[in-house]
Amino acid sequence: MTSPQKIKELEQTANKLRRHIIEMICRAQSGHPGGSLSAADIITVLYFYKLRHKPQEPNWPDRDRFVMSKGHAAPVLYAALAEAGYFPLAYLNTLRQIGSSLQGHVDMLSLPGIEMSTGSLGMGLSAANGMAMACRLDKRQNRIYCLMGDGEIQEGQIWEAAMTAGHQKLDNLTAFIDHNKYQIDGQVSEIKEIQPIADKFKAFGWHTLSCDGHNMKSIIEALEKAEKLKGKPTIIIAETVKGKGVSFMEERPLDYHGKAPTPDEEEKALKQLCEIEFKEQK
Amino acid sequence: MKVACREVYGKTLVELGKTNPDIVVLDADLSVSTKTSTFAKEFPNRFFDMGIAEQDMISTAAGMAACGKIPFASTFAVFGSGRAWDQVRLTCAYTRLNVKIVVTHGGITTGEDGASHQANEDLAIMRAIPNMNVIVPADGFECAKIIRAVAAYHGPVYVRLPRLATPLIHENDNFDLKLGKGIVMREGKDTTIFACGIMVAMAMEAAEELSKNGVEARIINLHTIKPLDKELIIKCARETGAAVTAEEHSIMGGLGGAVAEALVENCPIPMARVGIKDVFGESGKPDELLVKYGLTAKEIVAAAKAVLKRKT
Repeated sequence: MTSPQKIKELEQTANKLRRHIIEMICRAQSGHPGGSLSAADIITVLYFYKLRHKPQEPNWPDRDRFVMSKGHAAPVLYAALAEAGYFPLAYLNTLRQIGSSLQGHVDMLSLPGIEMSTGSLGMGLSAANGMAMACRLDKRQNRIYCLMGDGEIQEGQIWEAAMTAGHQKLDNLTAFIDHNKYQIDGQVSEIKEIQPIADKFKAFGWHTLSCDGHNMKSIIEALEKAEKLKGKPTIIIAETVKGKGVSFMEERPLDYHGKAPTPDEEEKALKQLCEIEFKEQK
Repeated sequence: MKVACREVYGKTLVELGKTNPDIVVLDADLSVSTKTSTFAKEFPNRFFDMGIAEQDMISTAAGMAACGKIPFASTFAVFGSGRAWDQVRLTCAYTRLNVKIVVTHGGITTGEDGASHQANEDLAIMRAIPNMNVIVPADGFECAKIIRAVAAYHGPVYVRLPRLATPLIHENDNFDLKLGKGIVMREGKDTTIFACGIMVAMAMEAAEELSKNGVEARIINLHTIKPLDKELIIKCARETGAAVTAEEHSIMGGLGGAVAEALVENCPIPMARVGIKDVFGESGKPDELLVKYGLTAKEIVAAAKAVLKRKT
């Protein structure tokens, strides 16, 4: 059982990541806020609760590895890595600027803690499989995690990789789907239906779980269950809200997939996030 | 004597696998053709048949390389370069990961399978990717040396092998091969013929023919298309004043394109490219296709004579 104190701590960290996301993207006047905010709680649980990692020794061979397959959600990963101590928080100010290590989509060569470069969708799960296969060959006890977008699973390569993970019985792999229900052109269900997601993965030889992607306890429980499930990889379908934490982004997710808020909106967004934190502290 | 490079590839992989436990091999349901099956028999735990899924294979190999493995990923040239191009670009080259993409059935001598299976554009599309290395061995001896050298090199490499057994152009393996450095196969002062792969043997034949007519052609075997041995190319251009390229590939963007780029900026001289002239191939016997698509010693001779006429 996770203590209420720990849960509260995680909630506060997630809120901090959300504020970083807003600030980074506003400063850059470019980036993807919606899908970063929807993944913030999952990323928080991974980096501040679940992953066995050493920010001071990013290449520790026995570390758990996380692959951000939806590479446009780079801001949430950068915020987590900075808060975890992989690099100074001040770097966050440089998102998407020329000469910066914080590239628009994650680049493993420019920053410590990034396990795979992504951005062209659909490739991360294959890379995570490769890591899981290599670590299994080396008899390491670590685990591999991957986060995909829901629209992303329209990519054919995801299903090639899903078949591979099932065939190889990669039970050292846990993948998340950030099911925020929106992609650039509209609602995922209207652009190209991906449901039933769980049935599809089940048919490809996976254990399937679901969680509330904005509830720390629910995410933690799913992850712990996944770790105990043997013989197959596990997919956790996380129900999320695009733009989570910022009212006008939640209301109009299509306007904030890949667009930075204006300075006025930034102020409003940060105020809302601070109020959430204040309410939690009371 | 003829040797199939892909047979050599399979044997060399086994040799490497014995001394280096980090070598792993992936294939996309073509292991019997690419000869990675030889490795699979010897090291079943380190061989992964990914099924008919080249994109997945390439990114999986990248993930393995990120964990310290040295993956060799094999399929036919057309699929390894084209089908998985974006995966090669992002997950292997942008990341500078240690993935070796060794493909077979490069070029038009793939033959009867026809245009869908004849990779005549692969060198161009692989060469355009930053950080990629692009290599085409000219015979079995070179193939063994190249496979060993790319295993020792850290970074992404594309190696293209033909389907057929091809003539040996070296008498034995007692020669130096350095990645990125061309080999002088024959001296000559009148023109230089730059060739790779199966066209090196044809260039040698062409040089014999030219010599009978009093033309001494220098032959340079450019097994490494990228990084290109510019120094040697420019030196030959200065010394011989005319150039011909010969490759089993489109004349656009491959060896001919690379040599032309180097020459036009550094030492513009009369030049001609022998290769496939921006058309798709078709089914047929490899020898018939070589003639029909202009990949013969005779074509090289004609090209050499034409550039000599333009020499001032």
